[in-house]
Formats: sequence, C-alpha cells, structure tokens
Amino acid sequence: MNIFVCIKQVPDTETKITPNGDGSYIETSSIKWIMNPYDEFAVEQALLTKAANSGSTVTVVRVGGVKDTEALRTALAMGADDAILVESGDNLDSYMTAKALKGAIEKSGNTPDVIYTGKQAIDDDCLQVPQLLAQMLGLPSVSVVVECSEEGGKFTLKREVEGGALEVYDVSSPAVIACNKGLNTPRYASLPGIMKAKRKPLAQHSLSDVGVADSDARVKYSNFQLPPEKPAGKSFDAMDEGNQASVVSEVVKLLREEAKVI
Amino acid sequence: MISFELSTEQKEIHEMAMKFAKNEMMPKAMEYDEKAEMPMSILQKAWELGLVNTCIPAEYGGAGFTTQDAMIITEALAYGCLGMNTAIMANDLALLPIVIGGSEDQKKKFLTPFTESYKIAAFCLTEPGNGSDAAGIKTTIKEDGEDFIVNGNKMWITNAGYADLFVVYGTYDASLKHKGITAIVIDGKAAGIELGEKENKMGHRCSDTRAVTFNNVRVPKENILGNVGEGWKIAMKTLNHSRPMVASSAVGGAQCAMDHAVKYAGERIQFGVPLAKHQAIQMMIADMGIEIEAARLLVQKAAWYLDQDKPNPEVSSYSKAKAADMFMDVASDAVQIFGGYGYSKEYPVEKIMRDAKLIQIYEGTSQIQRLVIAKEIFSRS
Repeated sequence: MNIFVCIKQVPDTETKITPNGDGSYIETSSIKWIMNPYDEFAVEQALLTKAANSGSTVTVVRVGGVKDTEALRTALAMGADDAILVESGDNLDSYMTAKALKGAIEKSGNTPDVIYTGKQAIDDDCLQVPQLLAQMLGLPSVSVVVECSEEGGKFTLKREVEGGALEVYDVSSPAVIACNKGLNTPRYASLPGIMKAKRKPLAQHSLSDVGVADSDARVKYSNFQLPPEKPAGKSFDAMDEGNQASVVSEVVKLLREEAKVI
Repeated sequence: MISFELSTEQKEIHEMAMKFAKNEMMPKAMEYDEKAEMPMSILQKAWELGLVNTCIPAEYGGAGFTTQDAMIITEALAYGCLGMNTAIMANDLALLPIVIGGSEDQKKKFLTPFTESYKIAAFCLTEPGNGSDAAGIKTTIKEDGEDFIVNGNKMWITNAGYADLFVVYGTYDASLKHKGITAIVIDGKAAGIELGEKENKMGHRCSDTRAVTFNNVRVPKENILGNVGEGWKIAMKTLNHSRPMVASSAVGGAQCAMDHAVKYAGERIQFGVPLAKHQAIQMMIADMGIEIEAARLLVQKAAWYLDQDKPNPEVSSYSKAKAADMFMDVASDAVQIFGGYGYSKEYPVEKIMRDAKLIQIYEGTSQIQRLVIAKEIFSRS
C-alpha cells in the first residue's frame, strides 16, 4: 500500500503567542515547533496500517516554513519511510495548503491507497484541509475518526458525533481519513529511530513546483490580535447571615442577566 | 574551536528523552518511591526506546552514542526520576568495565545480550568495610584448576536483586595491594550468590540496593577482564566515565527542582504579589540558574575529553564534585521556596531533596573527588 500522512508543524502548546509587528501573523522567531498533536495519531495509524500490510510504504508530507523540520524528522524517527516538504510561509490558508498537499502527493509518482491526516491543527483550528484535499483528489473522506480497521483495502471507520454517539462508515481505498484523539496511542520515536531518520530521503519542493500560485489564496490575514483580557471576577460577602438572602438574589440575577448561564 | 550548540540529532535525543521523563517517569516517581519497588515496566519501556545501556558500542549492537549523547540522555532521565535513573545508570556502570577492559570475545559474549532484551547488570566494588578506601578490598579471587573461586561480601550494590550479570572486584593476592585487584564477570544465576534484604534508603528508593555475598562462587577463567591484577586500572577508568554521568544526573535533578520552584514562585501569592516578584526569591532562582549551568558545562567538558579519547580524571572529578554539591544546594533552596509545602510529600521537591543527598555519596563522595583533584594538582607542582 502507498500510505500518505499529511502533517503540520505547530507552535508547542506551552508557547506564549504574540502577534508580529504588522499584525499579519504571530511572532515566530522564538517559537518551539512540534508536530500537530492530532497528526501524531495519523502517523501512528499509518505505521499500524503499514505493519498489517507488508511491502507498504509510509510517506509523510508537510507544507510550511523550512526553518525547522522537527515535525517531519519526528515522523521519520517514529518509522515513516520518506518525507516530502513543500516550502512556504507558515500561515498558508486551508485552500492553498490542500492544493499544495495534492500537488506534492501527485508529484511523488505514487498513487495513494490511503491518506491519513489529523482532524484539525491546534494553531488555527480551521478543520478544513482533510475535506478540501479529498474533494480536490476526488476521494471519499471521513473525519473525527476514533476507530479504524482495514482489511483488503476496505476500511471500517467510526467517527464521533454530537452526544457521544458513533457513526460507522465502510469506505473503500483510496480515501482520506482524518484522525481524532483516542484512535491510538502514538509511539515514541526511539533513539535508534532518531539515528536512522537522518538517512531517510526528504524531498523538497517550492509551492510553484507543486502547482500552487499566490493567486490561489482565498484568505488574506490582516490583523492578528490577542483576545481581550478577562475582567476580574466579582466577589460577594455572604458571611453575615443578615444579608445572605439579598446576596443570593443578587448573584442569581447576575448569573441570569449578565453571565447568561441560567 | 568551541561550540556549545547541540547537533540536530542531539536536540532530538534530548527532546525524546525529556518526553519519556515527563510522560512516563514523573507521573509514577512518587508512587514507586513510596512503594520502594523497581518500576520494571517503565525500565523495560525505556530499554525498548534505546534509553538504556548507552555505553555499548555499535559493534556489539549498541546505538553508538558519544559520551556527550549519553550525558544528554542521563540528564533527561534524572529529570524524570533520580531513582529510576539510578537503576538505568547502574547498567552502564557495570557494563563499562567490559567495554573498557574486556577482550573482543568478552564484549560479544557479555554486551550483545543486553542489546537483545532488557537485562540488568550490577557493579560490585564497595564492601561493608571498604567504601572510600576501595583498594582495601577483602573479596578474594583464587585460581582453582580451570576456574576462579570468588569469596567475599559486597555492600550497597545497585540492581543486585535483579542482576543478570555482576562485575565483581576482588583481590588475587592481598599483599600486592592495588596490583592484586582483579575484575571478573559473574553470571547472575551462578551458584553461591546470596542476596541481602533490600535496603530501606532515604532516597532513590525505587532502585534496588542490597548486600551481596559470594560464597565459593565458581567462575570460568575466561571471565577475568583484562589480566589478573588489572582490576584497579579498569575500575579507575570506569569511574572516569561514570563520574561525569552521575554529575549529569545531578544537573537533571537540579534542573527539575528549579523548574518546579520557578513555576511555584509564579503562582504563590504573598504580600499581594507572586513570590517571583520578591527579590529574595529572585536571588535564589538566579543562583540556581548560575550553578546548574556551571555544572552542566563541566559535565560537557568532561564528556568532551572522553570523546576525544583523552580521559581527564581531574575534570571528571570536578564535574562530579561540583554537580553533586550544587544539586544538594539547589534542591534545598527549592524546598525553601515552597516553604511548608516543600517539606510535604504533596509536592515533588521533597523527594528531589532526598534524592540529591545520594549524589554526594555514591561513586566517590564529594570529599574523595577533592582528594583525586588535589592529588592531580600537586602532582604537577
């Protein structure tokens, strides 16, 4: 099987985010980059699929800045066979990202049997790329997948829907499968894996190499801002039994009218 | 000429080892400390990921790490739990004499199995009556036909209760003093090995420490490392490698204590502001940063000498003495910053302070390190 995994490199969850000078993006100079956590489930599922289908290869694809190749190297160290990097800025919109991924997969010369992705990236939380990519490639797609089994190119997928219920899909290969937390437990990159990763092939393309032009942009980012600071909470003194009744009715009124939670 | 930049690979090794320390070791550290039990499933997992036996060369199935790589791994694992790291590090301490003094056949025979499954090794130098004065070894290794017979008592042996292999130092001829000391590899299942009760220790409680008695243990001649009488030389070369490693574990433990203290200082409000806004606390945190970095640089320098194949006992001892004493101070100050909470088992710095004390004692006390250093200094004057 030709197994592809699309991954994104995102700021570490502990990073303190600040907008950059002109507000067009965030300040990236001191960010520590990690693989998008949902993509780790995708890499793990790809490696499990490979283990169950001898002779398979796992190719990991990423679109983004080249400053750090952390995420791709992590995927290679976990056990992916080769990697493709499409160089771009770090804040491409979902449409351009999907188009670049499609171009990179096609340029590899291997027809995908399955494409795994994370269900969303934890930086911009767009939740669009897997569906866009599937649409562009003319493939079926299932997202928020929490169970995945495969036999003879037939996938049985379970996805979470509102209220905790599960939908079950039978999907034929090839397909795009967007993974959610709970699908599996991503393995650690072992130390021998890390040592081996540097000898694995990593192809690099520009956006134009994979057929993406500036005119493909659908979103223009103009003003990144931090959310307004939360105002301090209100406190009420109900220690004095005499005024407890009036404090309670005041709190209930505020919860209803101001906080709108009851 | 000098670069302090880690290679891309070393950064990844560090990241992976830290991830293991934070996700697998730290959440279980207090539980195993309280139970005083070897965390076998965690150790097994660490072995599967290549974090154990970093000293084994690639020719014998190891990953082929440099000493600097090994220090990075040790620092990260000690950050997770000093006790678990001791169980891991003791394997290196016991296997290093084989790496250093073993023949080609011995290396293949004894080291390779450690790369095929998780096995445990124990280094037996200290005796009930001989700690710092290691050359006064009473254990005897006597020739008997095609074999050697080993008799004697060893004390404070890390990993003893689980050991698949012991590396034991004994004397071939006590009248020869240092020159009679011989190192021998003994199978963990050999007849005549008696284990004492597991010691009830202040810190590093999950690691398994016992007395071991060798009672007429028969060992084939081919298990002698190097030649008869070369044991002291092998032991000293081993300590040259292992002391920076122990120092690196102190750096990791101290870094962990400092990180806890920094976090707490940002959260705890006193006199209307976080502790971090009080200069008295800022001074303590700044000193921690200075001292930890100084010790880390000494570890890197000692490791650099070893990687250049120019072992430098003086610098190895600098790193061990500095890092051990630094760790004790940093751990004590971390508890101080936490105040009453720091003295409680509810918070992790209490355990770290107990763990720190041992680093000033094992693999040469802080005083012995200074004797080694002074001897080197005076030998030049």
